[in-house]
Amino acid sequence: MRIGVITFPGSLDDRDAARAVRLAGAEPVTLWHADRDLRGVDAVILPGGFSYGDYLRCGAIARFAPVMSELVPAARSGLPVLGICNGFQILCEAHLLPGALTRNSGLRFVTRDLRLTVENTKTAWTRAYSGGEQIVVPLKSGEGCYAADPGTLADLEASGQVVIRYAGDNPNGSADAIAGVCNAEGNVVGLMPHPEHAVDPLTGPSADGLRLFTSVVAQVPG
Amino acid sequence: MTADTVARAMATPSMPQPFAELGLTADEYDRILHTLGRRPTSAELALYSVMWSEHCSYKSSKVHLGQLAPAAPASAALLAGIGHNAGVVDIGQGYAVTFKIESHNHPSYVEPHQGAATGVGGIVRDILAMGARPVAVMDALRFGPASAPDTGRVLPGVVSGISFYGNCLGLPNIGGELDFDPCYAGNPLVNALCVGVMRHGDLQVAAASGPGNKVILFGSATGPDGVGGASVLASAAFGGSVGAKRPSVQVGDPFLEKLLVECCLELFAGGLVVGIQDLGAAGVACATTELAAGGTGGMRIQLDAVPLRDPSLGPPEILMSESQERMMAVVEPGRVAEFLAVCAKWDVRAAVIGEVTDTGRLVMTWHDEVVVDIPPGSAADGPVYHRPLARPAAQDALAAAGPSALPRPADGPGLRADLLALIGSPGLADKSWVTDQYDRYVRGDTVLAMPEDGGLVRVDEATGLGIALATDGNGRYCRLDPYLGTQLALSEAYRNVAVTGAHPLAVTNCLNFGSPEDPAVMWQFAEAVRGLADGCAALGVPVTGGNVSFYNQTGISAVHPTPVIGVLGVHDDVRRRLSTGFRAGDDDLVLLGRTEAEFGGSAWAHVRHGHLGGRPPAPDLAAEQRLAGLLAAAAAAGLLAAAHDLSDGGLAVALAESCLRGGTGCRVRLPGDPFTALFSESAARAIVAVRPGSEAAFAELRIAHGVPGETIGHTGGDALAVEGWFTIPLAELAAAHTAALPALFG
Repeated sequence: MRIGVITFPGSLDDRDAARAVRLAGAEPVTLWHADRDLRGVDAVILPGGFSYGDYLRCGAIARFAPVMSELVPAARSGLPVLGICNGFQILCEAHLLPGALTRNSGLRFVTRDLRLTVENTKTAWTRAYSGGEQIVVPLKSGEGCYAADPGTLADLEASGQVVIRYAGDNPNGSADAIAGVCNAEGNVVGLMPHPEHAVDPLTGPSADGLRLFTSVVAQVPG
Repeated sequence: MTADTVARAMATPSMPQPFAELGLTADEYDRILHTLGRRPTSAELALYSVMWSEHCSYKSSKVHLGQLAPAAPASAALLAGIGHNAGVVDIGQGYAVTFKIESHNHPSYVEPHQGAATGVGGIVRDILAMGARPVAVMDALRFGPASAPDTGRVLPGVVSGISFYGNCLGLPNIGGELDFDPCYAGNPLVNALCVGVMRHGDLQVAAASGPGNKVILFGSATGPDGVGGASVLASAAFGGSVGAKRPSVQVGDPFLEKLLVECCLELFAGGLVVGIQDLGAAGVACATTELAAGGTGGMRIQLDAVPLRDPSLGPPEILMSESQERMMAVVEPGRVAEFLAVCAKWDVRAAVIGEVTDTGRLVMTWHDEVVVDIPPGSAADGPVYHRPLARPAAQDALAAAGPSALPRPADGPGLRADLLALIGSPGLADKSWVTDQYDRYVRGDTVLAMPEDGGLVRVDEATGLGIALATDGNGRYCRLDPYLGTQLALSEAYRNVAVTGAHPLAVTNCLNFGSPEDPAVMWQFAEAVRGLADGCAALGVPVTGGNVSFYNQTGISAVHPTPVIGVLGVHDDVRRRLSTGFRAGDDDLVLLGRTEAEFGGSAWAHVRHGHLGGRPPAPDLAAEQRLAGLLAAAAAAGLLAAAHDLSDGGLAVALAESCLRGGTGCRVRLPGDPFTALFSESAARAIVAVRPGSEAAFAELRIAHGVPGETIGHTGGDALAVEGWFTIPLAELAAAHTAALPALFG
């Protein structure tokens, strides 16, 4: 199985996402922002970082990158897509996911190991978890406060599209402590915490994040 | 625009020039006249003023720094030493590491956010210019009293600047220091360290060789920011209005720096670069003179080809501008097109601005008229001063006013209260308020980061090869005795690397001092450098480079002499790293080293009595070496569950930190006088937790390494219990430790 990792100018955790893909037993494939080409991959990860320096608004410029013109229709046709941190912000800007990420309520960048609850285990990226399972994964962001209008939030709750929630402290003031959401079909998932930094206890607080990647590997025939 | 050309300079020999405003003395101006045989043009004057600034020329420190290289032990690991952008050491398996620490003190006081941000940017480009991929940063920060209103302005700005720049650049921040002292009010110390990794063959040189090769300026366009930063800001003491100096502070764009890093690494990999230099202090002036002086000797530059952000800039401003995120490369003519294509791929602007010549002259033109024509070595080498130095008379009185008369706690409640006060004091409190603003995870190779003693980064996933880093400094010790204080800083950084299980390998330094024009400050400086040279020789680790920051004073009061010492170590297998955290499991606690009653300059005297006097602890470099050898061997053999160095606040603070780090308590019996056992700051000590079943093997190893040690208790429980004296529940310990900084800074 081949999983693409997109590098935008200013992407930072692309190398880490590729490592997580490898540890999950799949082959990471580099995708370049300027190429209108997904190189035939079976799934795509938009990694963390500061695409275009977060200028204008996080993710606002990256959504217009040439590679996105291929990604958006593919995602709408069911391609598994995971957005981590800045990748989540880009997916929201591209309207593949509902809502928006705004400045942390504390107005400071927050790096912290957090307890999260996996609430939806039917998505392409969370099948390897059990419902309600608690995991420990780092968060590191300055604009991670999830926001949406009340109607959208109600819809997300009703349809089970809240995939991951902060279990303890709400570190950034996110609405309903939402850490990650999916689209209605469950193939597109975005989250602010960094599962790719929790794939090995040597370099992270746990290996709990690895199953986001094994979830998609198990699902797509290789 | 009419430029002051060489022809005009010759025609108007007696035109008055503003050399004093640019920071040059009358003697230095005369020296320029003598070198050129005419008055300098305004562009040449600008160039000499920044190149001969204290910051760029090391004119006051050179005569002392000269002893570092010869005093350094012959080390096969040293691939490039002092004099390069950064030193390079061999860490085995074909890898080389380059690291350096630099100050950005004055800009960070004037404009804390941008000042600290561009400090990170500058040191990262130094590492990049050596051919390495930057892999981690650290910051050693010192501020005035934590409760002072101005610290409330400076500290949050500095931290947000480091966070903004380092996080966006994608470099994990793996450690550093945070301390407070009234001497840093009005002159904070903001020292940034960067470390990079490369393969042996990747080493780049800062030299313009090969006549006909093209000189390319790439990265950001040049603007009016930071004009004269090196001369006006970094090389003079503060007085008068800080706001008026704000235009001398540069403005950083970490996104562009990230692109520049990736662009440079692709250029290096493609073999497209003959020589390269980063643009930092003194901008184009420094890059051109140093490249030319280091290479064939001549260069011809068209200043009007420099891409500008502000079209009104003329030659002097272009030469002096410290606009960030710029690099200069020397490229063979036949590879220029490939070079420019790589820049275009990364959206990095690039312009050919000149070429290498064999004339021995650095010639610059402005719309075809010559505005600079100098021998580059005359600017690159600069003057050398033997500044007068004198041991201040008050030094003896300070040494005599030791801490022996200070009232000491004599019972359990008193000792308990002092421990809580220490771990709740701003300098020793939990630093999460600061470090949570830094990304320590990016790149996925961070094995240890703050609050561990040293940072540890994996270099090779397959073999587990890694590098450990620590920075340490102690202004209080150095104020009491700069020679011993510097050796104590070196000892502590060396020990902090050793407690991760790594072998210390090399040293960098950032020497923060007051005005070199004050003989007392120069004495402190000379003593510190001598202490460092002797210390490195004794420990067998070479100094690979460093930075001097003078004029750290507001008015007549200088900061404590504060050499910040960085030590790099190599870890054979990061999977065998040691953490400071205790774990549940009834591990024996062994106190390593010898404890004497040493309280001069201690955290206890500072926090409990606001006292500074007496003599600092006695360094014992041979004991440090034995301790480091033991820790590396014990880590490799898997005998230890935790290790923590003893320094500020002694055993008491170390035990508290290890308990909180691991979320597990401990029970200890104190040998001898409990106050001394808890709070003395004797050097060459560590506390280790021995894995059950390994007690005998560790004792044997300890004896073989000649390290004194005593089993003082064991880990476990949910309190720090000192038998016969006091018990502190972990929750109470944690509350005292974590409350301080949020209460101060929100």
